[in-house]
Order: sequence, then C-alpha cells, then structure tokens
Amino acid sequence: MNFFNQIITVATKDIKTELRTRETLSGMLVFALLVVLIFNFAFDLRVHNVRSVVPGALWVTFTFAGVLGLNRSFASERDQGSLEGLLLAPVDRSALYLGKTSANIVFMLITEVIVLPVSTVLFNLNLLHPQLFVVALLGTIGFAGVGTLFSAIAINTRARDVMLPILLFPISIPIIIAAVKLTSAILDTGAVTEAGTWWPLLISFDAIFLVVSALIFEYAVEY
Amino acid sequence: MNTRGAVPAIHVRGLTKSFGGRAVIRNLDLVLPQGGSLAIVGHNGSGKTTLIRLLSGLARADAGLIHVCGVRQGLNAIAVHRAIGIVSHNTFLYQDLTPVENLQFYGRLYGVDRLHQRVETLVERFGLAGYRSTLVRMLSRGTQQRLSLARALLPDPRIVLLDEPDSGLDPQAVDMLPQLLALAELEGRTTLLTTHNLKLGLVLAQRIAILAQGRLVWEQGTPGLSEADVRAAYDLHLPKSNRIWGSPSASGATA
Repeated sequence: MNFFNQIITVATKDIKTELRTRETLSGMLVFALLVVLIFNFAFDLRVHNVRSVVPGALWVTFTFAGVLGLNRSFASERDQGSLEGLLLAPVDRSALYLGKTSANIVFMLITEVIVLPVSTVLFNLNLLHPQLFVVALLGTIGFAGVGTLFSAIAINTRARDVMLPILLFPISIPIIIAAVKLTSAILDTGAVTEAGTWWPLLISFDAIFLVVSALIFEYAVEY
Repeated sequence: MNTRGAVPAIHVRGLTKSFGGRAVIRNLDLVLPQGGSLAIVGHNGSGKTTLIRLLSGLARADAGLIHVCGVRQGLNAIAVHRAIGIVSHNTFLYQDLTPVENLQFYGRLYGVDRLHQRVETLVERFGLAGYRSTLVRMLSRGTQQRLSLARALLPDPRIVLLDEPDSGLDPQAVDMLPQLLALAELEGRTTLLTTHNLKLGLVLAQRIAILAQGRLVWEQGTPGLSEADVRAAYDLHLPKSNRIWGSPSASGATA
C-alpha cells in the first residue's frame, strides 16, 4: 500500500470514528464557544477597541480548543488498546503521524469554521475575510503538526492532560505569534500586503515542524 | 513440513530485557523452525508477554538479536510486521467501528489483496456474519476474541503469536478455543503460544517450554506428554521463592 493511501486510511478512520462518537468535536466546540463568550463579556466591560484584542482572543480560543482535541488524538487509541495495533501494522511511522495530523487539522478547522461566524456576531466585527481562513488554515497546520507529535509523547506520561500544553505551547509560540500578527493585519487593513515577513515565517514554521515531526515521530511512539 | 536447511521462522540469541533494573528476560535463546509450534508456560511475571512484545517489535530489547524469517528485528520493521499476526488479551480493535470496518481498516494498512473478498471469507469463517453492523464495544469478550483472531489472520501472516488467548474468556469459551484456533488454519504457519493453560498448550503445540528466571529452562515435544509431566518439570525449575504460588493447571488457574 503506498504512503499516501496509508495516510488517507488512518485519517479517514479517525474522522469516521469521530463523526460517529462526536466526543472530541463536541468538547472542542463547547469549550471554544464558551471562551469566545467570556472574552466578549470581558471586552464589553473594559476594552473600547475590540479590533486590537480580537486576534489574540481568537488564537487563544483556537489553540486551547485545539489542545483538547490533540489530547484525545492518541489518548483514545491508548485507552482502547488500538495504538499497538497501529504500531504492529507494516506502516511507515511518518504515514501514521501524517494521518493523525490530518484528522486533527480537520477537527480544528471545523471548530474554527463555527467559531468565526459566532465571533463575528459577538464582537460585532467582520471576521469572514477569505485571507483570515487562509491564516486559520496555516496556523492550524503548524499547531496540529507539532501538537500531534507531542500528543504521542504525552500519552506515555502520568499527567498527560497537563503535559501536552506544557510541551506544546512554548514550541508553538512562533506559529501563534505569526498567526496573531497576520490576523491583526487583515482586520486592521483588510490587506495581506501589510503582513510583512509574517507569511513566510508562518509557512516556514509549518514546513519545518511537519517535516521534523514526521521524522522523529517513530521515536515518540517507541516503547 | 520439511524445514531442513530452511531459515528459522524465529531465531533469538542472548535476548535480555529489564524493567526498572529487574531483568525479566535474561540471555534467552530460542529457535523456532518454519511451520513449528511452541507453547510457553510460566508463572505470572515470568516474561511471557514481554517475550511476545520483543518478538513483535512492540518493545526494544536491551541486548541480544532477534531474527524473524531471516530478517533482523530493528533493521526492517515493516518486513517483520508483515510476517507476524498477533492475538493477545488486548484485541487491538476499535470499539466504535463494526467488525467489518475494523477488518477493512487493518486490511488497507496491511495492503491485503482482494480485501473485500478476504474480509467476507473471515467474517463467515469466524461466525461474525450476524455482527456486521454491530459496534465492537457491544460485542461479548468471546466474540471480540474471534474478531481479533480474524484480524490477526487477515494479512495471511507466516507467524502467529498468541499471547494468553484464553485470557478473559469464560470456561466455555476456553474449551472452544482449540476449535476456534483450528479455524485459523494454523497448520503450516509458525505458531508461538504463551499460556497458563497446560491443556491448551499440549493440544495446540508440537513442543512446550517453561519460561522461568528469564530463560527457557525446559523444553519437550508434546506427543505423549501429560499435564502432570509438565507440572513436575515446572515445579522443578521454578525458583523456590515462587513455589508457594503454585504451578499452572489445566484450567489455567494457579493451583
């Protein structure tokens, strides 16, 4: 079976299971919507220029909701004993990693696609720019890419729910900063040209994190 | 099967594995010819499951060499994984998928040819036709074990590792295990079984061995061998400190 078919097989299995159980997606969505709601109340009370804080608020929402989903990514495999079944299969470990990452990206994007229109209403700010979806996609790819790797590492620890964000957030700071800067530029000026070096930075970090994570993933799942 | 001159299915030399400073497998040697079958018995904590995990590549040895069908473990993991099917107390099944979905998923990962046909054959053979659309989490332990066996055989592996396949089964299901394993067409495959159940080991394997103190301390052909013979050998080779916990019995319970 070729490499890309292996990735698709793993990703579609995760997506099929999630659509059946909706365990991960429901948790991510509820959490994200609650965070946006709380930010909305906080900004209404204190901040006059909502436009200056919404980019940060959005990416706090996306990343924390993303951590919920990433935690479940390998935890569910480990808990039901199927992770070893995957590791016993004659599948390249990088294909396994890319399949899991692809599914995690889909789950985060579904959450973001729902949160953005809701945030548009709550913050009274148009967040439905096409460029904003591109930033969301690129930021999600990088965050989910490195998050999937750390999720595999964290499941072997006792405090795995806490360990994942501790490991993930420091490493993903460049992605988060680039995504926030790009979001801010788009909301302020509506133009991608104001984003300077942030586009190449975000794309470069995505590429580096995905490649490096794919290469070292087999050591993360080794017993 | 004439295996003279053939590469052994499993060849282990000087295998060692420790956990937390305690050696579980200690300089273990094992040769299993192609088409051969071996049952390994041992007390709890003797290293049976660890040995299966090392052979399958799920765990990495601290020292020693493992060759599976002539391929060195660790150098070509994909070739080794392709050659081995495992049945364990862990079924490796996805609880929120149906039996057919589980088989199709693993079949795609293993690159099984004519997958749909192969899945249908195994579903019929292992009596799973009535559970096609039932989620695995709704199946009984015995039915899940049948599905686990079907999953292990899906890629037609040359070697089948059975790690306490009777674990978690009720006595009736344990009694049916030899018939169930007969459906697996293990003849011609190389089989290694770990178990507490002497009766099962004597029925299923050509040879039986005792794993104690991290090594295979006794090995004998099963023809003409009785449970009492194995129990006597077990008591002889078991460390004195463990003898108060008794030896394996026909039922699999420690006496």
